Amino acid sequence: MENLEAINIDRDKGAFHYDTTYEFDAGVGLNEKTIDYISDIKNEDPWVKEFRHKALQIFLSKPNPTHWASKDIENIDYSKIRYYLSKGQVPSRTWEDVPDDVKKTFERLGIPEQERKFLAGVEAQFDSEAAYSNMKKSLEKQGVIFVGPTEGLRDHAEIFRKFFGKVIPIGDNKFSALNSAVFSGGSFIYVPKGVKITQPLQAYFRINAESFGQFERTLIIADEGSEVTYMEGCTAPKFETATLHSAVVELVALKGAKIQYITVQNWSTNVFNLVTKRGLAHEDAEIRWIDCNIGSRLTMKYPGVILKGERARGEVLSIALANDGQHQDTGAKMVHIADNTTSNIISKSIGVGTGRATYRGLVFMPKQVRNCKNNTECDALLINSLSKTDTYPAITVGGKGNSVQHEASVSKVSAEQIFYMQQRGLTEAQAISLSVNGFVNDLIREFPMEYSVELKRLIDLEMEGSVG
Amino acid sequence: MNSLEIKNLSVEIDGKKIIKNFSLTVPKGEVHALMGPNGTGKSTLAKALAGHEDCIITNGDILLDGVSILGKEVNEISQTGLFLAFQYPSEIAGVSIANFIRAALQSRQKDGETFSATDYYKTLYEKMDLLKMDRKFTARSLNEGFSGGEKKRCEILQMMMLQPKYAILDETDSGLDIDALKVVANGVNLMRNPKIGMLVITHYQRLLDYIIPDKVHIMYDGHIVRSGGKDLAIELESKGYDWVKDDLATALAN
Repeated sequence: MENLEAINIDRDKGAFHYDTTYEFDAGVGLNEKTIDYISDIKNEDPWVKEFRHKALQIFLSKPNPTHWASKDIENIDYSKIRYYLSKGQVPSRTWEDVPDDVKKTFERLGIPEQERKFLAGVEAQFDSEAAYSNMKKSLEKQGVIFVGPTEGLRDHAEIFRKFFGKVIPIGDNKFSALNSAVFSGGSFIYVPKGVKITQPLQAYFRINAESFGQFERTLIIADEGSEVTYMEGCTAPKFETATLHSAVVELVALKGAKIQYITVQNWSTNVFNLVTKRGLAHEDAEIRWIDCNIGSRLTMKYPGVILKGERARGEVLSIALANDGQHQDTGAKMVHIADNTTSNIISKSIGVGTGRATYRGLVFMPKQVRNCKNNTECDALLINSLSKTDTYPAITVGGKGNSVQHEASVSKVSAEQIFYMQQRGLTEAQAISLSVNGFVNDLIREFPMEYSVELKRLIDLEMEGSVG
Repeated sequence: MNSLEIKNLSVEIDGKKIIKNFSLTVPKGEVHALMGPNGTGKSTLAKALAGHEDCIITNGDILLDGVSILGKEVNEISQTGLFLAFQYPSEIAGVSIANFIRAALQSRQKDGETFSATDYYKTLYEKMDLLKMDRKFTARSLNEGFSGGEKKRCEILQMMMLQPKYAILDETDSGLDIDALKVVANGVNLMRNPKIGMLVITHYQRLLDYIIPDKVHIMYDGHIVRSGGKDLAIELESKGYDWVKDDLATALAN
């Protein structure tokens, strides 16, 4: 029998109901049986099941990292979480039950009608066939592989197994171990040599209920000289019934390849978003993370690049907005282990209401490397006197000819600036909105156009709610 | 009607009386100059007219075309047609001049109305050319890294684009060299017409060689002590502010 009480659902968010026609239910809590269930239902090869079991042991042995970042992590009750939801088990509701403010947000952000029902949890599937079939055909022709993890590891093991779990080893941290044990959903992409994909790939192309899962696992391999851009997430508030989101994203850019990974995160404010993202850049390759964090209760995410080959380039552009009750703990990690590599980190955070924005950056250049360069800029904008910002840069530089540059600034929208803008006819809210947009302007321009328009609207919406 | 009337205005900041029983009327179509020594309350007056919340109006009234603007929000006062050219314009990083002015114009539009981008830019460039501003400035962040002269020109540009009914120019000439002064003065003169009333607040007479006022008022100790024609400014320049103080002292003594 289903035990509805054990599921983490915020009952205030509109009525959800469950389909009860299942023989077996993975249930709540995490143990070896859960792992077996997940692996069997996906029909995985033995090595994958073994991988999962190993990960479970590591997860159980690691302590909760509450001694840094946030004690809030103590509030995650691992025993109450559902670690696997099969298609039919994803809760759904009727459009009438969707709260008005959610509907209004979709309206304000200009989300296409057909996507709204999926995002609101009314439909378990988003029918992408019609919209993207041409795109899919063209990808197939070029030899691009774009599948989910199950298919990837089963049908294309010779490609993906080589790097799976190598960029981010199981034991990297407690949450990468968790993900490695229960991963489901995500994108496994392989781009053949020399293929440059002009259109950004999105998870939408392959949507099913699992794609927006809690424990997505993504692995993108760009073979020599290839180029690919991948977009994850969307500005619309993704309605989440689960409170823990722990994804793992591994990127591998082989010689001369380029990968750009764009994320817009707007999870509802009951979600713990603890993600491990890392890329491995070989000779002359480039990996760029463009990250925008607007939602969630607590986000801990430090996209990183290991600059393994000479002249490799890594970049992280990050925007975080921390509103009332939110903590955005984000940053970047750049590890230079080859000569002549460069990295660039630009982080802009905005604190509104009682929001807390934290930047954590790691730049590592050991004595063995030469002529490497890093440039880091982290700027914070505080809107209210209650918002808080912290910066924790960790820079280690040795060797010859390496240079690291770090600039940080904290500013606020001053009363004087607001008066000036109001004198031109703008309301206080419009004035603050304009300042905030000005603050993030150069970063927003890096997002593909449709996103940048939506993002600006989303930031305006967030500001509206908070300016008295 | 058709004037900016300041009637017996008293303003306090932080409990201190700055403007005391101040009265002045600026009709549309005229340019009035307000002069006075530093610290006498000229800038406070400008802020109070714009509706700054720090300026507490303890007495009197301010009427724009016959309607009181007391208690109105800063942006509301702006929308009824009052423009303040700041002495120290703020820098707004990341917001271009073009976008800022457009946002200001947009805020005056009725819901759903928009204006054409081509018309907007055509007008903007026209005004920039008049003010001898490089067209490339439109993309620059508002006032960021601008020299004093560039900031003041930007204020006049905004004034030209917003077409207010009443403009208060607060020490528009401060920080300007003679060439920049002439350009700014030219811009102000181009705006002179029967539909706009202007109050030019200045410390020095020099600006008034280029913007010839219809009336000159001298402010001292929070209110107007003397009014006259344009020659009053020249008299003040030659005699200095002590003349005003002495004059006042004599008048009080009698």
